[in-house]
Amino acid sequence: MIDRHIGFVHALRETGLPVSLAEGLDAAHALRHIDLADRETLRQAYAATLVKRPQHREGFDVLFDLWFPSTTQGPPKHRGDDPEDLRTELAELLKGNPGDPGFRAFAQAMVERFGRVQAGPGRQSWFSYPVMRALSPQTLIARLLGERGGLPEKLARQRITTNIAAFEAEVATDVRRRIAEEQGRERITRSAVKPPIDHRDFLRVTKAELAEMRREIHPLARRLATRLSMKHKKGDRGRLDFRRTVRASLQSGGVPLTTHLKPRRPHKPELVVVTDASDSVSGFAQFTLLLTFALREQFTKVRAFAFVDTVDEITEYFAPGADVLDAITRMTTEADISRFGRTNYGHVLKTFEERHADALTPKTSLLILGDARSNYQPPNTETLKRLAGKVRHAYWLNPEPRGQWDTGDSVASGYAAMIPMYECRNVRQLAAFIEETDVGG
Amino acid sequence: MTWFASPSEAVTRLRQTGYLSDDAIATSVFLAGVLEKPLLAEGPAGVGKTQLAKAIAEAADADLVRLQCYEGLDEARALYEWNYKKQLLRIQADDDAWDDIFAEEFLLERPLLKAIRSERPTVLLIDETDKADVEVEGLLLEILSDFQITIPELGTISAARRPFVVLTSNATRELSEALKRRCLYLHLDYPTPERERDIVLAQVPGIAEALAEQLARTAATLRALELKKSPSIAETVDWAHTLLALGREVLDEQTVAETLGVVLKHHSDQQRAAKELGLR
Repeated sequence: MIDRHIGFVHALRETGLPVSLAEGLDAAHALRHIDLADRETLRQAYAATLVKRPQHREGFDVLFDLWFPSTTQGPPKHRGDDPEDLRTELAELLKGNPGDPGFRAFAQAMVERFGRVQAGPGRQSWFSYPVMRALSPQTLIARLLGERGGLPEKLARQRITTNIAAFEAEVATDVRRRIAEEQGRERITRSAVKPPIDHRDFLRVTKAELAEMRREIHPLARRLATRLSMKHKKGDRGRLDFRRTVRASLQSGGVPLTTHLKPRRPHKPELVVVTDASDSVSGFAQFTLLLTFALREQFTKVRAFAFVDTVDEITEYFAPGADVLDAITRMTTEADISRFGRTNYGHVLKTFEERHADALTPKTSLLILGDARSNYQPPNTETLKRLAGKVRHAYWLNPEPRGQWDTGDSVASGYAAMIPMYECRNVRQLAAFIEETDVGG
Repeated sequence: MTWFASPSEAVTRLRQTGYLSDDAIATSVFLAGVLEKPLLAEGPAGVGKTQLAKAIAEAADADLVRLQCYEGLDEARALYEWNYKKQLLRIQADDDAWDDIFAEEFLLERPLLKAIRSERPTVLLIDETDKADVEVEGLLLEILSDFQITIPELGTISAARRPFVVLTSNATRELSEALKRRCLYLHLDYPTPERERDIVLAQVPGIAEALAEQLARTAATLRALELKKSPSIAETVDWAHTLLALGREVLDEQTVAETLGVVLKHHSDQQRAAKELGLR
């Protein structure tokens, strides 16, 4: 048990979960008190002692299933060979509760039945894709919905899609277990665990991940807002409050022993965001736009502009209380941001200076978001320099890894010479940027 | 003392107080008891974090001491304070009293000190830890790792018996690594529809099982939408009360549209839900 415990903790560290020595010891202590045969309790005991961030939980579960695999429930009972019968059985299960043991047993049996595939000459391996293809649970939805239309259908659909996702997860877990059994745990550990959501690359996110990231936004915005307001409070106190000082001096016979100072007026800066809305950086742009508008209470004024090869103001689409998803759709259809559909930074900067230069004042912080890939058009760096000269702060956030700057049509360092440019590839780096720099103050 | 004998016992005893737990909750509560470590419960608002602490206190027949955190909370409000008015009076009454004024009778107990000195089993609830300033975390570190408080005039006070500490946080800011390392961590999230149905049934006597089921499913569907604020368990329970008061027995489109305000408190969220669920 000790060996397995040590191995498991090592594997967690290897995949980027920070487990300190003390936490490892806590987990070992916890193991003494629980019933080790109960797998779920064991999982929760490890989770409670080792996993201190919700983002790490997903990776932890994957690893736990590999190191403490569930036992298969005896020989699989005979099932009909006809895929149609199996589909009927799956349909029954999808109506039920994914927590019940039959659900997992069925998933394991299906991997046994369909999951083994030739992976190369003379080599066989396990995959979840053929299982899902053979059963194609998505096509069962129509059959299962029964009642059509209105609320009941929505509720049923929600339930079934959740259950299908649960089934898919069970299948994937079992596939990983079988691979680990045949080829060893270490082999699969690294490939099985995805980095936590705040480490994932903006430019490579899938649609589902993007939705997940959007959910991260509000906590992040709130966190940033509290941080910013704390910064304000900690700053020096303001000028002498004469009235209060004299009033207080009455207690000491007119001698002003304690001075009272006026609290400093919080500085509420204006923010101008100019964001690249072309397809190559859309994930990044969506995310940062949402964040900008989540932060708007913090700023007296937020104005946002989007561009592809020409630039237009998009502030109105993100009015307070507006639905963010609608806003993004409206922005892409209604705003005049694209002429030929190929990013052209030089032209964008020029147009911005011509049409919207009034947005920039000495109180403004200017934030440009984009990959600085200008399709070999003239970059117009001088314009950027003039724009940066008008504002209090100017920053450029680039969603590309630093190593790729200046490759191909990127003119990153040309712009970086004019205003500070930061690599901003994931939520973590974005948070770090806002905490380090004083966009808010 | 042992707080709970096993995770399953924790489940039963929490259930007796009306708190429905699951594997994760029961195991961490049990472990926090046997390892004598603080339990940090984090999660969105209204999933029963504070309620958990209350349920533990009730299940273990312990006193509940609550420290509500807020911006600007300081030692004097969290730990202890000298009752200087009383001290002043004492000095005025007796000129030789200078040595006596830092004694027990002039000490004002605040929640943390009270929990440490208590002779009875105590559950110490430190609520909304993320709202407090970072300095307070430093203050908590000494108390949570050694269960002792140093008062310069009186010396170090160690815990008579270690309290069961529950910290809650809405994750509006990241708590420090040092604090997290000392705690067991429990992430409380929205429950599965099955568990939520049971919660509604337990909290709202007189509600039909079918309606509770529908409510739980609808709440789950609402949470799957991208809303500004997803409905919490507390709001689902409120919803159940509302329907009961209105005498509704099924949750159809009409009813949902009329009572949506109970669960969704943002106009844009209501519009979105109405659109996605096909109301009106």
